Amino acid sequence: MQKDIPGQNISAPSGVRSYSNTKATLALAKASFRSIMRSPSAVVFTLAFPLIFILVFGFLGGGGTRIDVGVTPGSDVNNPVMGMLEKTGMIRLVKNKSKAEFDKLLEKGNVDAMIDVHRKVNTAAYSVNVVYTSASRDKGGILKSVLNNIFYDKTLKPTVAEIKESTITGREYKTIDFILPGQLGFSLLSTGVFGTAFVFLSLRQTLVIKRFFATPVRRSSIVIGEGMARIGFALIGALFIILIGHFFFGFTLVHGAITVVNMLMLATMGIIVFMGFGFIISGIAKSESMVPPISNIVTLPQFLLSGTFFSIEAFPGWLQPISRALPLTYLNDAMRKVAFEGLGLWDVKFQIMILLLWGIGIYAVAVKVFKWE
Amino acid sequence: METKKAIISVKDLVKKYDDFVAVQGLNFEVYEHEIFGLLGPNGAGKTTTLEIIETLRDKTSGEIIVDGFSVDKHPQDIKQIIGVQLQAAGYYPNLNLIELIELFAGLYGANIKPMEMLEKVNLQDKAKAKYKALSGGQKQRFSIATTLINQPKIIFLDEPTTGLDPQARRNLWDLITEIRDAGTTVVITTHYMDEAEQLCDRVAFVERGQIIALDTPDNLIDKLVNSGFERKKEVKKANLEDVFINLTGQEWRE
Repeated sequence: MQKDIPGQNISAPSGVRSYSNTKATLALAKASFRSIMRSPSAVVFTLAFPLIFILVFGFLGGGGTRIDVGVTPGSDVNNPVMGMLEKTGMIRLVKNKSKAEFDKLLEKGNVDAMIDVHRKVNTAAYSVNVVYTSASRDKGGILKSVLNNIFYDKTLKPTVAEIKESTITGREYKTIDFILPGQLGFSLLSTGVFGTAFVFLSLRQTLVIKRFFATPVRRSSIVIGEGMARIGFALIGALFIILIGHFFFGFTLVHGAITVVNMLMLATMGIIVFMGFGFIISGIAKSESMVPPISNIVTLPQFLLSGTFFSIEAFPGWLQPISRALPLTYLNDAMRKVAFEGLGLWDVKFQIMILLLWGIGIYAVAVKVFKWE
Repeated sequence: METKKAIISVKDLVKKYDDFVAVQGLNFEVYEHEIFGLLGPNGAGKTTTLEIIETLRDKTSGEIIVDGFSVDKHPQDIKQIIGVQLQAAGYYPNLNLIELIELFAGLYGANIKPMEMLEKVNLQDKAKAKYKALSGGQKQRFSIATTLINQPKIIFLDEPTTGLDPQARRNLWDLITEIRDAGTTVVITTHYMDEAEQLCDRVAFVERGQIIALDTPDNLIDKLVNSGFERKKEVKKANLEDVFINLTGQEWRE
């Protein structure tokens, strides 16, 4: 194939070396990586912010408690106990699932407890059977005290109902297990969006790219070299966050190193998609001062609505569809499933597919609006 | 110029922007191993012409051959044999001079020792400095170093001495002359006629996108004198810049 390219033979006599695009790409990646490592804002966005949030939320514990209580299939539903539980506003009853489904949810801590209410034979009293899970010990504890409160209430005398309690063993789901993947996702989002947007805008404005064009380097080498550096930097950041989380805050890594590798692969997909936003912003921003506001339009909603701090289940119903449209939601979701539930990448293919769709859409726009000069 | 072999030939070059003709029918040749000056007021089309030859800008029509390569058909080959210094170009942020030279070596696919490149322009002491921290003259010398990385046959310098003090300017002239003497063709733009007179082997005057004169500085001056032109003030054997250099010394102030 190469022999057919005209001009290649003509260039030989003047002693011109054969040109290596790979070498050029790697030289750019190296330069860019050095530059990023020396840029305070990159380090702050990628590492410091997420770590601060992890610290704060790690010690704060989860606020805005919401307890999911599964209703055992076959349980009586129309009784005063259920009614009062719902009235507390803290407890959400999960119904219409099979026993097998509930068992799985219990083990993961997605349902905090199971409740089974039966009218006692030949009396007006109810028997309330509660199953807690160690995957959600603190919420189980809250439920216990809520139940106790209800039973001391005058309208429900002990004669009406009695509680039988037991606990099954499951994995312990800690606040860090929720917070860390969210922070990781956000770190990737800000590195991808802010970093890429700033770098390409400033390279364009200071004519660095124009000077590159006076060398034989290809445009694709410039984009790929920059991308490699940024992905490398983001992955080092991600690894750092995961390891700090694991060793200092007990972040759960179900399959150890394999889980870390899976998380880093997800991180790579995430950063590539998010860099697309950065390319778009570098194209539409007229000056460096326009980068932060436009970038915030992209990052802030995802920061708040993509389950970075709170489970999107806690959002009002009208907000949830918006949350479910954002790419970070799916990255966070996949990260949590891989890290805590120990799923493989194939198990989160749905989340990956949505990310991929976002990626295609973003890069389709980026190709249109990106400016070299 | 014993051997007048053209290394760049520009024929009927035209560049139109939407409603503005920047270059209208330029014709000229640059000979091997000469310093060729493009002179003219701002907006005359000097930079546009250079950037078209450097393959950085498309032309509207015309033909340009650089060392046997056409800008239309073999821009990549041209990029391999030219070195380009842009007016007001910056460099990759947060890198020191050595690292920047390494980057360009990678972009050109050249095997060079970065320190040797810096020695050529006398910046070895600034190897670990950032580009932004350099003085005006140092910046220009560094830019020239980056144009030499691929051992080019031709280098293009767009207003390299603008904003420099007299010492730095004279020093840059010496550097440019050395580069020419080493066998590299130099194409330069400038606003300073004393500079063109001292430095350039031939100059072309560009005005409104057209060449209005092209010759050696000597011939152009002789022609004007022969036409009966006389300076109002009699020329002395030195000028004020000579006084300045004499009073403040020749060494670089950086």
